[in-house]
Amino acid sequence: MLQINNLIAQIEDQTIINGLSLTINPGEVHAIMGPNGSGKSTLSKVLTGHPHYTVNGGSIQYDGQDLLEMDPEERAIAGIFLAFQYPVEIPGVNNESFIRMAYNAKRKARGESEVDAFDFAQLISEKLKLVEMDEEFLSRSVNQGFSGGEKKRNEILQMAVLEPKLAILDEIDSGLDIDALRIVAEAVNKLRTPDRSFAVITHYQRLLTYIVPDVVHIMVEGRIVRSGGRELALEVEERGYDWLTVAASAE
Amino acid sequence: MSQKLIEDITGREYQYGFTSDIESEAFPRGLSEDIVRMISAKKNEPEFMLEFRLKAYRHWLTLTQPVWPNVTYPDINFQNIQYYSAPKQVKKLNSLDEVDPELLRTFEKLGIPLSEQKKLANVAVDAIFDSVSVATTFKKKLFAAGVIFCPISEAVHEFPELVKKYLGSVVPHTDNYYAALNAAVFSDGSFVFVPKDTICPMELSTYFRINTEGSGQFERTLIVCEDNAHVSYLEGCTAPQFDTNQLHAAVVELVAHENAVIKYSTVQNWYAGDPKTGKGGIYNFVTKRGKCVGRKAKISWTQIETGSAITWKYPSCILIGDDSVGEFYSVALTNHRQQADTGTKMVHIGKGTRSTIISKGISAGKSNNTYRGLVQMNKSAHGAHNFTQCDSMLIGDRCSATTLPYIDVRNGTASVGHEASTLKVTEEQLFFFQQRGIRTEDAMATIINGFCQDVFKELPTEFAVEATQLLGLKLENSVG
Ligand SMILES: Nc1ncnc2c1ncn2[C@@H]1O[C@H](COP(=O)(O)OP(=O)(O)OP(=O)(O)O)[C@@H](O)[C@H]1O
Ligand SMILES: [Mg+2]
Repeated sequence: MLQINNLIAQIEDQTIINGLSLTINPGEVHAIMGPNGSGKSTLSKVLTGHPHYTVNGGSIQYDGQDLLEMDPEERAIAGIFLAFQYPVEIPGVNNESFIRMAYNAKRKARGESEVDAFDFAQLISEKLKLVEMDEEFLSRSVNQGFSGGEKKRNEILQMAVLEPKLAILDEIDSGLDIDALRIVAEAVNKLRTPDRSFAVITHYQRLLTYIVPDVVHIMVEGRIVRSGGRELALEVEERGYDWLTVAASAE
Repeated sequence: MSQKLIEDITGREYQYGFTSDIESEAFPRGLSEDIVRMISAKKNEPEFMLEFRLKAYRHWLTLTQPVWPNVTYPDINFQNIQYYSAPKQVKKLNSLDEVDPELLRTFEKLGIPLSEQKKLANVAVDAIFDSVSVATTFKKKLFAAGVIFCPISEAVHEFPELVKKYLGSVVPHTDNYYAALNAAVFSDGSFVFVPKDTICPMELSTYFRINTEGSGQFERTLIVCEDNAHVSYLEGCTAPQFDTNQLHAAVVELVAHENAVIKYSTVQNWYAGDPKTGKGGIYNFVTKRGKCVGRKAKISWTQIETGSAITWKYPSCILIGDDSVGEFYSVALTNHRQQADTGTKMVHIGKGTRSTIISKGISAGKSNNTYRGLVQMNKSAHGAHNFTQCDSMLIGDRCSATTLPYIDVRNGTASVGHEASTLKVTEEQLFFFQQRGIRTEDAMATIINGFCQDVFKELPTEFAVEATQLLGLKLENSVG
């Protein structure tokens, strides 16, 4: 599904991703943890083709294609979805129409006919139940005035509609209350299929008790410094990252 | 923020920049009393029109070119402009199908089919090429309904009393420099008269096209609605690409009697000049004004301003009749080097008069977009009310937007409300769309559509879609 090999990427003369390698197979859930500023969100932006980041080395293969050759929208249409750490507000653009546009962009690329507003309303009302969101959020502008937690749920709603092959969830748990965390995690679990993969970026192992990962990676200074099973998450929660940082720089 | 994405989407070029190979008849460049007489003679005008022109010309001579505060451009040499240019047509035409096919093709390219077989359903079109009206569709059908819709040059001959009564009654030649110039040299434009108790059965529309290099375009439009009459009118404008700036100085006058409704919409897409230097674009100095003479009369201006190197334009309403209503809905888009200084004046004279101003300014590139509006409540305007909303949208961070509302209230019972907002379209927003599989062009169109909704919904439905597309095109990247 995804093979990142020795990736080096920078923003404004500053190298943030520094020799990162990572392989995610179909159907796997990978958790990525690491201290603030270690480059987790940067990785998600590089994977989705954000124009501010420059890749200076390494390669990314996605579904047998050279991901770095693809435009951001091509990557999205090829099935890469990012639930943003900080979803932006888009005033004046209706949330439901926005999600429908995204849905139809995908259908169009596959040569399928577009879905009209009426049929889409039915489709999305099913998905709303999954994230236990109120219909009211559909008629508002995209994320405008949404609380932090509501924005996160709106991201998962989009994911549920767009049915990606690889979903990158950047701190989907931050800012969520206990109930919302459970709802979002359950929604993600329901969307797990044998060939859909997830990269779950988080600071808290609690999320991983709901969404049980196959692999946990620890990222420090733009590199994966350790990978392991679920227990690695518990270990960093107890011990912090220092011991890993020391281990990494001792290499 | 990195400029690349923004540059890509704002870099699109003008698509109507072609010239048509049509033989034209033109006067020598320059302006003098002789030229004014020649124009009048050329059109075989009655004596009163020649006097109208000469009076304006003599007044113009006493004026100096105004210096507008928020736009800059080199001095205009008025002796280097051609004041009359018309497509050469040998004989009088009996039907539209006799119009020079090259002309018809030109308008078709612009999306305005004129020929009998192809004309737009339910929209009557008057096509103005350089300074002259070349075709008017649905004339007979309108006439049967009692509506007069014809070139003003024709109205001067066929309805001299109406022209004499109303021409210059809203915008006198003494109004301003360009209004005086226009009164002296205008060659054509549209005339609309809707008699008492008549609802005009279709949209009326005029398309203006400048084709000859170095020719100024000075149209004159006059629309009169008698008591209880209704009309909706739309003007569209395009021009080819030239290296020298073209002057466009039109005058539009609207007169609404008791309970009459005039809705005037503009989709302006004159050539904006070279994207990098601004060279060659149209200078658009236009005077548009409506007078609500009767009780409960209503005048509504809707404008989508996307072209021109410089736009200087304030469609205004003089609300004389008690309970009369003035509205102004505007989207002004500037990109590259364009400058726009536009807005409105609402002058409240009658009791209980109401006005609404919704202005949406969109700036991109290195452009400058100014809203300038005056709301004046005269002493007599008891209980009058105005509501103004000015929203600016900035795309990228090298453009600017200025809002200059002037409020002058001389009656304690009158009220004025004002709201303003600024919206920045960020790269993060555009990236969000892209990450969801939506191309930037579509994203831009969607954002703009949302921003302009309040204005677009005022456009006649036939043109709302066109306006949305036009704005999208203006900001799109040519490599899709
Ligand atoms: N525009 C920018 N210019 C310079 N440095 C930047 C820019 N954007 C991000 N960075 C830096 O890149 C580094 C990595 O940021 P990133 O957002 O990827 O961290 P993160 O691992 O997601 O952190 P967190 O856990 O806090 O979300 C940080 O040091 C940040 O300051
Ligand atoms: Mg982050």
